[in-house]
Amino acid sequence: MNTSTVLQHRSYINEGYGLKSWLITHDHKRIALLYLISITLFFFVGSMAAAMIRLELATPSGDLVSAETYNKLFTMHGVIMVWFFLIPSIPAVLGNFLVPLMIGARDLAFPRLNLASWYLYTLGGGFTIGALIAGGVDTGWTFYTPYSSMFSNSYVVAVIVGVFIVGFSSIFTGINFIVTIHKMRAPGLTWFRLPLFIWANYATSVILVMATPVLAMTLSLVAIERILQIGIFDPALGGDPLLFQHLFWFYSHPAVYIMVLPAMGVASEIITCFSRNPIFGYRFMAYAILGIAVIGFLVWGHHMFVSGQSMYAGMMFSLLSFLVAIPSAVKVFNWTATLYNGTISFEAPMLYGLGFVGLFMIGGLTGLFLASLALDVHLTDTYFVIAHFHYIMVGGAVMAYFGGIHFWWPKMSGRIYPENWGRFSAIVIFLGFNLTFFPQFLLGYLGMPRRYHQYPEELQWLNEISSAGAVLLAVGYLLPLLYLLWSLRYGRIADSNPWKAKGLEWQALSPPIRDNFEDTPVVKEKAYAYIPEH
Amino acid sequence: MTDKHALTAEQFDDPEQEHEASTLGMWVFLGTEVLFFGVLFASYAVLRFNYPEAFAEASRHTNILLGTVNTAILLTSSLTMALAIRSAQLSKHKLTAGFLLLTILLGILFLGIKGVEYYGEYEKQLVPGLNFAYEGDNAQSIKLFFYLYFIMTGVHAIHVILGIGTLAVIAVMAWREWFSSDYFTPVELVGLYWHFVDIIWIFLYPFLYLVSRG
Ligand code: HEM
Ligand SMILES: [Cu+2]
Repeated sequence: MNTSTVLQHRSYINEGYGLKSWLITHDHKRIALLYLISITLFFFVGSMAAAMIRLELATPSGDLVSAETYNKLFTMHGVIMVWFFLIPSIPAVLGNFLVPLMIGARDLAFPRLNLASWYLYTLGGGFTIGALIAGGVDTGWTFYTPYSSMFSNSYVVAVIVGVFIVGFSSIFTGINFIVTIHKMRAPGLTWFRLPLFIWANYATSVILVMATPVLAMTLSLVAIERILQIGIFDPALGGDPLLFQHLFWFYSHPAVYIMVLPAMGVASEIITCFSRNPIFGYRFMAYAILGIAVIGFLVWGHHMFVSGQSMYAGMMFSLLSFLVAIPSAVKVFNWTATLYNGTISFEAPMLYGLGFVGLFMIGGLTGLFLASLALDVHLTDTYFVIAHFHYIMVGGAVMAYFGGIHFWWPKMSGRIYPENWGRFSAIVIFLGFNLTFFPQFLLGYLGMPRRYHQYPEELQWLNEISSAGAVLLAVGYLLPLLYLLWSLRYGRIADSNPWKAKGLEWQALSPPIRDNFEDTPVVKEKAYAYIPEH
Repeated sequence: MTDKHALTAEQFDDPEQEHEASTLGMWVFLGTEVLFFGVLFASYAVLRFNYPEAFAEASRHTNILLGTVNTAILLTSSLTMALAIRSAQLSKHKLTAGFLLLTILLGILFLGIKGVEYYGEYEKQLVPGLNFAYEGDNAQSIKLFFYLYFIMTGVHAIHVILGIGTLAVIAVMAWREWFSSDYFTPVELVGLYWHFVDIIWIFLYPFLYLVSRG
């Protein structure tokens, strides 16, 4: 077996020891690892809630937890997964680590702001978890008024404070990325030579800085309304609850692109590398990313088809929602075209990457069902919606996140993880995922509503499949935790470019030194200059 | 003159890059601020559309005299701010500190007058959540107007307070001759912020005070 060999060079990891050197670091790579640890913890907490939900739903009668506890469970699950896992995961972990490396910079533009982001993330997380421990929240992660502002007697305000704080963490990260990508690219690295991962994080940052303040202010208004019993959302007081939904979804629809755009960036890097082929239609891929980001701001009303907004608004939003399919389809076609004629090898990151493409496609196509005004009236608030967004967000974003962690693990840790375990877990996750969530399309189509802890007998078999799948999925998620940790000590030492990939980050040592590069690299070729082997 | 800002922060190649990055960062931040206030303006628009008469009636209870004086004060402070930047560029340290101090004083004056206004509204029992007691058909929607009035001017006032704090730090730095014609980014950035706060007020003033007077 492997013997543990000591890392040879001075890297960002051994540059200072002790907790303090990490907690006051300004190094984007160390901050990325701080995020990695805290985000993993939140993922675990959110998954525990999911496990409870699935356990409850294994039987038709509500026998495990009360309706009230169930409400708190799915709220906790949603709040944690959305704000403390999905939104920050790829940008804050992989983005933080890679953005400066990929553009040949020594660090992000504002390193102290970056560290502050992490502290805000932790503080906001502390608040939210505290509120959830103190008694929980039962509003759902959407905080719909007037229930959240007037009726719910749970810890709404505390959770809102937590989400508000973590929102500023997002905003700071977004500002940092935008400025860094604009101003700190290595000589020769023009916009159209940037890796697509950078484009994706750029577009994501734009969404982050434009959408998050809206959420922050809107939730503040809910909190004030709740505390003072006056406000602009409660119809009994002359307010307008639809206003809340508009403002909420103005953030929360673009938020799904905050989750999936970086995932697309990761997938692009992986697919081009493991098919040894330059990405097909590079420019269109970049434009598609921007297109998705822009159109993403125009479609929020598709969450409100049955809310009582005007029929014409519904029709407009329906039409615009279909438009998002165009750039999304461009991306899928171009990944396929990259694979076509490529020399494909199926390493673990590639399996995750391909899993991402497949699951994202199912999620996206079912999104078209939901974007159709008439169909949505039947499907809204059923498990069809749950299945749809899990395919996009869990099948898509989480898959790509795991793929990215595997792909860049040698760079981050300086070690190689055990490849066969990586492949195995990718397959387990893919199977577990489909087993968990595919039945939910059927359940939703048959009319099982979301957010109920009981359901009619006939639906039990589908729910049982789903619950069994969740167990498999959980195993798939736990495996990487084990073998990645194992590899930190026993894994083979990685050289600087174990995948023979293109991109500046692979020119840095593994793990990189504090300043990333000995000398500022100069870029002379376009992105993904792989030489196809046919 | 010694340039106390001798070193460029380590992540940058040169002072020019540092300056450009900081400036862009400030602009993006102000972009987020626009959207932050945007929620309040959107809410205002919706409610005013729903209750036009009530909003007109309510705005007649705001103190237009003090509001107008405050507008003038804030505009003047933008001028002194611009002069501070100009003198920092010319390496006139004491003058820079002086203009910054003047800006701070105008900011404090603004807050003071705002406080007097708030007190007036308190006496007229127009503060929702505290002592709102208004008679008439439109009372409920007028309450919403005043709720928005306090939130909007309140959030704006918080921005003024933060601005004053930052200005104070910058003023001390200017006094200690930190800035020069080579390096005046912080003065410029806090100036941008201050102008932004000013611009927000330029929108608040007509919306809250002038809705339908005249
Ligand atoms: C083991 C895997 C998972 C299972 C079994 C699961 C199960 C569920 C269920 C049953 C609901 C619906 C609750 C309801 O409305 O009745 C739900 C909601 C949700 N899940 Fe998951 N989930 C899993 C993983 C994830 C992950 C990994 C994420 C994000 C990364 C996620 C994000 C969400 C979100 C955002 C909601 C919406 C909550 C709401 O309805 O308001 N889930 N999940
Ligand atoms: Cu949406």
